[in-house]
Formats: sequence, structure tokens, C-alpha cells
Amino acid sequence: MDTLRFITCGSVDDGKSTLIGRLLYETKLIFEDQLEALKADSKKYGTQGDRLDFALLVDGLQAEREQGITIDVAYRFFATPKRRFIVADTPGHEQYTRNMATGASTAQAAVLLIDARKGVLTQTKRHSRIAAMLGIRHVVLAINKMDMVDWSQAVYGEIDQDFRAFAQDLSFATITSIPLSALEGANVVESGQAEMPWFAGPSLLQWLETVEPEDAAVTLPFAMPVQWVNRPHLDFRGFSGRIASGSVQPGDPVRLSPSGVRSRIKAISVWGEEKLKADSGESVTLVLADEIDASRGDVIATTAHPVEAADQFEADLLWMSEHVLLPGRSYAALIHCKAASVTITDIKHQLDINSGARLAAKNLALNEIATVNVSFDRVVPFAPYRENKRLGSFIVIDKLTHETVGAGILHFALRRAVNVHWQAIEVSKTARAAMKQQRARCLWFTGLSGSGKSTIANLLDKRLHAAGKHTYILDGDNVRHGLNRDLGFTEVDRVENIRRIGEVAKLLVDAGLIVVVSFISPYRAERQLARELFEPGEFVEIFVDTPLEECERRDVKGLYAKARRGELKNFTGIDSAYEAPETPELHLRTLAAKPEACVERIVEWLRR
Amino acid sequence: MNPIGAFSDLESESIEIFREVAATASRPVMLYSIGKDSSVMLRLAQKAFYPGPIPFPLLHIDTGWKFREMIAFRDRIAEEIGCELFRYTNPRGAAEGIGPFTHGSAYHTDVMKTEALKQALDLHGFDVAFGGARRDEEKSRAKERIFSFRAPGHRWDPKAQRPELWNLYNTRINPGETIRVFPLSNWTEADIWGYIQQQRIPIVPLYFAAPRPVVKRYGQWIMVDDHRLPLEPGEKVETRMVRFRTLGCYPLTAAVESTATTLEEIVAETLGATTSERQGRVIDHDGAGSMERKKQEGYF
Repeated sequence: MDTLRFITCGSVDDGKSTLIGRLLYETKLIFEDQLEALKADSKKYGTQGDRLDFALLVDGLQAEREQGITIDVAYRFFATPKRRFIVADTPGHEQYTRNMATGASTAQAAVLLIDARKGVLTQTKRHSRIAAMLGIRHVVLAINKMDMVDWSQAVYGEIDQDFRAFAQDLSFATITSIPLSALEGANVVESGQAEMPWFAGPSLLQWLETVEPEDAAVTLPFAMPVQWVNRPHLDFRGFSGRIASGSVQPGDPVRLSPSGVRSRIKAISVWGEEKLKADSGESVTLVLADEIDASRGDVIATTAHPVEAADQFEADLLWMSEHVLLPGRSYAALIHCKAASVTITDIKHQLDINSGARLAAKNLALNEIATVNVSFDRVVPFAPYRENKRLGSFIVIDKLTHETVGAGILHFALRRAVNVHWQAIEVSKTARAAMKQQRARCLWFTGLSGSGKSTIANLLDKRLHAAGKHTYILDGDNVRHGLNRDLGFTEVDRVENIRRIGEVAKLLVDAGLIVVVSFISPYRAERQLARELFEPGEFVEIFVDTPLEECERRDVKGLYAKARRGELKNFTGIDSAYEAPETPELHLRTLAAKPEACVERIVEWLRR
Repeated sequence: MNPIGAFSDLESESIEIFREVAATASRPVMLYSIGKDSSVMLRLAQKAFYPGPIPFPLLHIDTGWKFREMIAFRDRIAEEIGCELFRYTNPRGAAEGIGPFTHGSAYHTDVMKTEALKQALDLHGFDVAFGGARRDEEKSRAKERIFSFRAPGHRWDPKAQRPELWNLYNTRINPGETIRVFPLSNWTEADIWGYIQQQRIPIVPLYFAAPRPVVKRYGQWIMVDDHRLPLEPGEKVETRMVRFRTLGCYPLTAAVESTATTLEEIVAETLGATTSERQGRVIDHDGAGSMERKKQEGYF
């Protein structure tokens, strides 16, 4: 017997939880003791007078029962003699859209609840777009509360047409409208409701039992990401993973992506047997005929259809964090089994959830969707999401909080990585630095405005110059007069500011110089991004630690006074955050040491 | 009740979850409670890493009130599989003699299970703990992610769960945070029994009906597993043909009258059951939302 995974979604109060409770009740999935608890709860929290409030069966969290809303996706299980069902009951409130996306990402069909009295609402459209974006192909429009509109065919017809007009440009394969009443149980299990003789279609349960979600993964060529390398002893080396598409048999020729190395399947090893064939969706361990290197995140695929690899893509992205997406910032990402860093390099357009219109956007806020360009820090094997969900989906993770902040699907690779070849450089960085008898480095000063960064940096520059070293200072204020004069002080611009400085510093280090960078650089993520541009040991983070009160007392440029008067916006330390380094190479506390002593410490550190 | 489904999908999903943790966690552990769900979880872990051994230890939180047959079964299985097994009992609870009769079921569970679990995880520095919870068991569990994050102090915040899309599990945590991982999230009770039957997975004999000494208390059959069960006035020990649908501390786990002595009979009985398995769990009746509250405090 097969399993159908579907979601129910819709707006507030249109009866999702009631509908699911009704399905569980009618398919005899409610046990006696649960029914007793439901009766008691219906009296305590119920909204249906003396009747059973089925919504209370599924709203499981105390806060949900108290507020009478669904906050998080709930998974329910029921079965009929024809099929087994996993239903994800997803919340309607906009603020919980990410929970709805969680449920939708693994669903094969969607039940969109509509209150017959209200018709197609913004929420319905939002949920439809997310369902379509995540690749759900079959939707049923469950037009609920028909009892409240006198079982009117006209109301049903109007809503059906409205939705079809709206969904025209969404990629649903089938749309089925069913008029029903979850409260009364009409058209939920049995079809042919006496009150609606005009409706000849199936009941909701009949639809769920018969909808055929095509599983593209079954017919696609074989591909499996390596999830875990199984090497219990020297005589066994297997590549474990879940087959993303197609099927595989011993003897099949395979090619690894991205390395391009070829081999042959020697055996499919599973508990207790040597399998002769494994299919899409199965977790297996593959043994290859040759001793080759593959690690987690590589993809094993049939040689007939090798899996491509690239580092830059166009993608759709759903943002799920209260903190806005900052283009240029480095985030962590997971695509199938491959962990990488990812940067959103360009927001091509944001999607208006109601009209489908393309809007210009500089950043992306909670629950917003956009088409973007993304750049991974390494080449990743992939397939477009429309072809292969497992190889084309990724999540975006904040590097500091580790929260999951975005979910993306890949459209196609931008061929830039292939087209823009690096110029092969024959005289190396080491050779250039050796000529000057120095080690090329980037000394990165960070600290509040007025903390003494520039003072210390200038003294250090003189000191190193006197010692015959070739140095160069990149100073925040100076660079902002030229290279970065198009940038302001918003969070987005600050990120771009640091990105450019990092790149310039990298070129100078490549030239063999000791580069002294003196920038407030308030965010850890961007300093980390700069650090990642360099080789280990090249980047030296120097934290000039002066308390805010002291900086404000000195106020050499009079900026703090201005900021306090509200004449200067986004001033670090006043109305914009400074994230102090956690493990800088050097931590200079200026209250305890004069600038000369600080310089001494740096020189001492560099000699080690 | 669900008919027996195809297990291939469920099995593959659980195996994927085990491997994801093995590939990303620094010190994972499997909570082993000796029950039927733990037995299935253990078999799935063996399959996930076959032909290698299970690459993490088992941890049993021993409240001191488990059925004696459970303890004997635990030791036998751990030895057969060759798995490292940690046993842990809350030393404070043991010293103060905390038990369900003297201190009440709620307090006993708090100290000997919830507090003990947190102590054991901290003691060994485990960052990820597998648990056998299923979403069909209880309402707050139906809302929980497969990878469930715990703030320092092991607290669960149901309102701040991470989105969990596709099969992409974000396993990154900050120091002090931990993850509870539930590989059996999408299994139902019928799936568990069907799989045990199909795979011939060994389970504690208490699941099979046998004549056992029991007393009737609050309308439920409680087994007299040892001399520590104080008899109330009017209670008398009888021998009845009973079995257990779920196993925990013996004073807190009620038996059902049954004649099912084979796996086939158990499965048939489960499919026809009219009450949920947790009905035999005395602690679930402590109040509405009691499972959610216990979970927030760090209970599995």
C-alpha cells in the first residue's frame, strides 16, 4: 500500500483543524480515551457549544489551544483500505509561513481550505505560491462552510473561477474544487450530498485516495549523494546515502561529481543481504569496483547522465528570518549532503505574493520570496529542482546563531565559473614577499569609532617601514572618499563596504605586501568573510578594545555628539550594533596600554 | 488503526536520519528505553551502519523502578549487539529514596527521568540524543520536528522551532545547545508492530500475554513486580492473563487483559484496539498539556 503525503493550508478560521479532526474521526482513528479527552477539552476550550470541537484534536500546543490558532505544523496519520496518509496540518497566520513551508516541502498534494463566505484571500494566494514553488503539482480547493452559504452553487462557481484565474501562471498539474462542510461532515468522506445535488465530483477523501502524484525521481537517471562514508575496517569501503533518483544495479558504470572519476557498482550492501537492485528513495550502501576517493556531498551518478557541478546559480529563495537577508553576507548552506558557504550576490526581483508581480528589492524580509543569484564557495553537484528535488534544494543557515534562515530551490547554473578563467600567475605571492624579506599578511584592525585604530595603525606602519618592510594602509575614511563613495551606512552597505575592502586587501597581499586595514567593521560575519579570502595565518584580526564611554568622551571627530543629537543615523555603538570579536589574534585594551605599547605587542606577535 | 504499511520508505527515512547525525554530530548517543520502539530503533541503527558497528553508545536512564524483565533483556541485547551501554540513575533521587509511591508519579518522573536524563547528557557531553518518540503518540509530539533543538539547560521552546524543509537537517548548534533526534517520527504504533513481526525483532517478553500477579488500582491492572508495591486496603493480588502495550516504570504502567501470546496475535489485537497505547501511561493523565510541559523541561 502506498503513502500519500499532503498538506492542508489556508487562512485563519477557515476550519483546517476541524477538517482534519473530522477525517481522523470518520476513519475511526480516534481512540476511546482520546475521545474522552476531546469531550472534556471541548467543554473547556471548545468553540462549538455542546458539539465536539474537532480542531482540539489537532491543535496540540497549549498556546494554540488557548489562542484558538494553529502555530506549528502538526503531522497526523490515518489510513483507509486504499492508502496510508501523512497529513501536515499547516498554520494560516502569515508570521508562521515558514512552518507552512516546512510541511509543504515534503508534500505531494495540497488541500487549500477556503471559507465559502470569504472566497480567495491573500493567505490562500500566499500558500498557493509557496506550494507551487516547492513543486506540489496537485491541489484540491476545499470550499468549506458551504452550510453557511445555503449550499449555494453560485458561490462555489465564483470561488472556483477566481482561483483558477489566479492560479493560471502557477505550475499546478491539476486543480479540483470540492464544496464541503467540515463541521457537518458533508463531502468529507461520502460524496453525493443531498444538499448539493448540483455537485457530481468526489468527496475529499475519495480525491485523496485516487490522486496520482507522479514521482519523477523514479524515472530519472540514477543519482545518489554520498551521505556517509562507511569504513568499519580496511577490507570494506562503502558509500552510504539515499538514492535521489533512478535505480541502480551491480555492474552499472558510474561517475562521481564533481571529480569526474569513473568506476562501476560492485555491490549494493544492505543489512542481511546483497541487493540486486535498489530504487529511488532507498537508503543503501554502495561498494565501488575501484579504490576511489569520494566524500560526503559528492554525487554518484550513472555515466550515461552524469550530474553537473557548478558554484553560481539562479535560484528562488524564501526568507524565514526576522533578520533581513543581506546580499554579500556569507551564510552557511546545506545542499543535499554538501555543506558550503553561500552568498546571495544579487536579488533579481522580489515576488509580490498577491499579484505575482516582479518588484525591485535591495534586501529580503521575513516570509518574502525572491529570485536571486547565489554563489557557493565551492563547486557543488546539483540538478535543477524541477527535475530533481533532492539535488536542487538547499537551506541557508546563519553562521552565528545557526538558525535556518532561508530555503532555496535551484533553477540553473550561471556559467560564470566556467567562463571567467583565473589568469594563471607564474610569479607567486611567496616569491614576491620573499623579495622583500617579509611575510605577506593582512593586519585587520577592528573597533569602535574613536577607539584608536588609526592612531595605532599609523604608528605600526611607521615602525614597520623603518624596519624595511613594505606596508600599505587601507583606512576606512579614506577608502570611503574613493572606491566606496557610493556606499552609505545601512547594514547592506556596510556589508558591501567590507567585502570590497577584503578583496582589495587580498590583491595587495597577493602583491606580497603587509596590508594594514583600519575599519570599524562591526559585524562578525563580514570579518569572517574577509578572513576566508586569505590563506590560514595570513589574516590577523586585531581588536582595538576601547569602551564606548571612553570613545564618546574622546570624540575626536565630534561624531558621537552628532549621533546623540540624532543628526547621524546608523552610527556604530549608538544606533547600530558592534559585534566584538570572540577570538581575535590580538586583543588590545587601550585603557590599560598606550598606543606605543600596543604597537610593541603587535610587532612582538608578528616576530613569533 | 493503520493497516500495516510498506516499511521501505519509513525504514529508509529513519536510516537517513541516523547517518546524518553520524556524519555531523561530535558526540551522539541513543536513548535506549528497552521498549518496543527502542527495539525497532536499535535494529534501524544496525541497518544504517551495516556492515560496521553502531558508531555511538546507548544510554539507559534507570529510574530504579523498571520491570525486572526489562533490565535482564537490556543487558542481554547490549551484549549480543556488542554496543557500549551507559546506565544512569539520578544519584540525588537514589540517595533520597525517591519513588512513585512515596513521592507521587509526577515528582518521581521529574527527578528520576527528566532530571536524570539532563544530568547524564551533561555528564558525558552528548550533543545529540536519539529518542524513540513517534508523532502519533501524543498531541505535542505531533508538532515536534525530527531534529528538535534544546537551549542550554535542555529546554524546548515549541514556539521557536527551526523550519525543517525537505530532508535537509540543520545540525549546527552553539556550545551548550543540544539536539534530540527522533528517527521514528513518522512511524505509527501499527507500523512498529508490523515491522517487529516482519523483521522478527526481539522484544521484552512482557509484551506477550502470560499469567502475572496484578492488582486492580484506579480501574487499571498494575503488576506486582517486586515487594516494593504497597497494597492499599481492600486490594488483593490476583493472577491474570495480561500483557503490556507500552513499558515504563512498573507502578506507572498498566497491563491489559489479553490472550495474545504470539506476535501475530499482538498485531491483530493492536489493529483492533479501541484505546490508545498511552492510556496505560499513568503520567499522561496528570493534566492537560502535561506532556508538553514535561517536554519543555527537558523530558523526551
